[in-house]
Amino acid sequence: MSIFDDLSTAVQRGKVKDVEQLAQQAIDDGVKAEKILNDGLLAGMDIIGGKFKNNEIFVPEVLMAAKALAAGTALIKPLLVADGVKEIGTVVIGTVKGDLHDIGKNLVKMMLEGAGFVVIDLGIDVAPEKFVETAKERNADIIAMSAMLTTTMEQQGVVIEALKAAGLRDKVKVMIGGTPISLDFSRKIGADAYSTDSSSAVDVAKELVS
Amino acid sequence: MGKLFKDTAYKNLDDFIFGSAKYPVTTKSGLEIGGGIVYPEVNFSLPTMTISEESWPEVVRIYHEIATGISERCNELYHPGFVAEIEILPEMTWVPKWGAEITKVVKDVLRDNDTNHGTKTAVRTTVIDLREGPNVKHMWSGKEWDLVLDTFKRSAEAGADLLSIESVGGKDIHDEGCMYCDIEKTIFGLWLGSKDMSRLWSEIVKIANDSGSIPAGDTACGFANTSLVLADKNMIPRVFAAADRVVASVRTLVAVEEGAKGPSKDCGYENIYLKAISGTPITNEGRVAAVAHLSPLGNIASCVCDLWSNESIQHIKLMGGFSEVVSFEQLAYDCRIMNGALRKDIKLARAIRDLNADSDSRLDPMAYILRPDVALAISQELVKQDTHYLRMKKGAELALQAIQKGYDNNELLLIDREVGYIDLLLDTLSGMPDTDDAFLAKMADSCGDLFQPKKFDL
Repeated sequence: MSIFDDLSTAVQRGKVKDVEQLAQQAIDDGVKAEKILNDGLLAGMDIIGGKFKNNEIFVPEVLMAAKALAAGTALIKPLLVADGVKEIGTVVIGTVKGDLHDIGKNLVKMMLEGAGFVVIDLGIDVAPEKFVETAKERNADIIAMSAMLTTTMEQQGVVIEALKAAGLRDKVKVMIGGTPISLDFSRKIGADAYSTDSSSAVDVAKELVS
Repeated sequence: MGKLFKDTAYKNLDDFIFGSAKYPVTTKSGLEIGGGIVYPEVNFSLPTMTISEESWPEVVRIYHEIATGISERCNELYHPGFVAEIEILPEMTWVPKWGAEITKVVKDVLRDNDTNHGTKTAVRTTVIDLREGPNVKHMWSGKEWDLVLDTFKRSAEAGADLLSIESVGGKDIHDEGCMYCDIEKTIFGLWLGSKDMSRLWSEIVKIANDSGSIPAGDTACGFANTSLVLADKNMIPRVFAAADRVVASVRTLVAVEEGAKGPSKDCGYENIYLKAISGTPITNEGRVAAVAHLSPLGNIASCVCDLWSNESIQHIKLMGGFSEVVSFEQLAYDCRIMNGALRKDIKLARAIRDLNADSDSRLDPMAYILRPDVALAISQELVKQDTHYLRMKKGAELALQAIQKGYDNNELLLIDREVGYIDLLLDTLSGMPDTDDAFLAKMADSCGDLFQPKKFDL
């Protein structure tokens, strides 16, 4: 087994200490941080993601793996920055104004982090201008919005209009989700994509930044 | 803290049945609930729109249209009555006069129908709990607390017969607990919820008593239904969600301990435990709630219901009429069967109850723990425990043991990866502290910043 296989296995098992130890060992052996990330940490997370999609494991296993991934990533982050390796993408996420639901949004956030995205969580009841300001400040690639009510879903369109007004619409992709949301609605308000659940949200986000 | 029930209201299954509660309630409009007839409780939501000063006249018009449509369908079906539930949206709680106005609009339509057509109807106003998010520093003071109570007061004065809420104290901790299948954290969230409900419901009961409204009940919608939805999406094990449901019943019961009279809220699938222990009438949602969400509990939820609900449906036009009117009709036909059986022969009614239980309980552990026989047996053990925490811990253990036994006896189907979780969870439960204080100390350590003791005066 290579160090990458060991790292992948440790991530899949959610073993934080093992991941930290193996990542440090790889760093000490002079392995490039980008290879540690892609061939070890994210490779393990990809396998976990596949198992989750196939209903072989539950979310807690995914979240434990994500925690292990985060521990490994934290170790190599200074090296990635020094090497000029870019993050896969930055996502600003939140539940729209007037809406207090958050567990769907939280699951999407955790899945995105598990896939290597930097996620800035604005929480619930987020005003349109907050989405726009944060996306601008953090140079975000994606704004991801959740709405669970028929009386709040139109706020997603309001955010898109605010992005246009700020001159950022061409720079920031928008993905939306939530119980009342449909592809038809997504198209109507001019979103770039919508996802039906937290696991497909990762695929959607990857597609948007590719 | 209110009255802690030390015994169950029901001793056997004979009279533990739909339509009949040990302690029926009669609304100020004259509708008796739990007195031998199951009534529909219909709920509805606005179509896609934004609520604002500009759109407010249209919001009012739509609620009037909804109430009128349901009343007319009730008359067309010669149905004796119904409850209309208004879930007050956040915008209508930030502006409490709006919540009250909607209550009045619906109440006026229903009152006229009672006068002109001899029906018995009632309005349940369910106030949304605004006390979520980083701005809330304390659960029982501050702007959000004041607005929630003000909306209750104004809605009660505007004619609400029944007062309810889906309270959220401890929900953030419970959310994390159920996402990680961390049963300790899940119980801690619900335990905090019980502390919050104790204070919240003592206030709601006062408001209800002042207005002649009935303090009806709470629900674990933000808690055990989160687990249910995650389990239905194969995100967490169903056995975990089933255990969570029984734990949640201890929290939901706190409303009754503080003076709520029922019927408790429809989305509280744990309500069967409330009825077993307190004898108060309950609402449940089941197969007709497919308009709102998937659940594996469509039939079994009807076993001991006193009101039969559709959860909520968005106001859109269907070929058979507006969606909530169609939903009402479906509920009414279900009620006809249940009421017909009650009138004809109690043995027939029990057979329908048991058929509804059997049709769901073999297929899912979340349904299995809602079997009347299982729920009554667990309830009889729960009331032997002296504190909410001990009841919650015991409830989880009993639920998991019942599920294991059901599986071993081939009464319940489970996939392999579910079975493995039963022992894992039981192991964790066996290592949990034996006192409330020790539990609080342990969880304060493990929850970190997620737990803010000052919010709960702890």
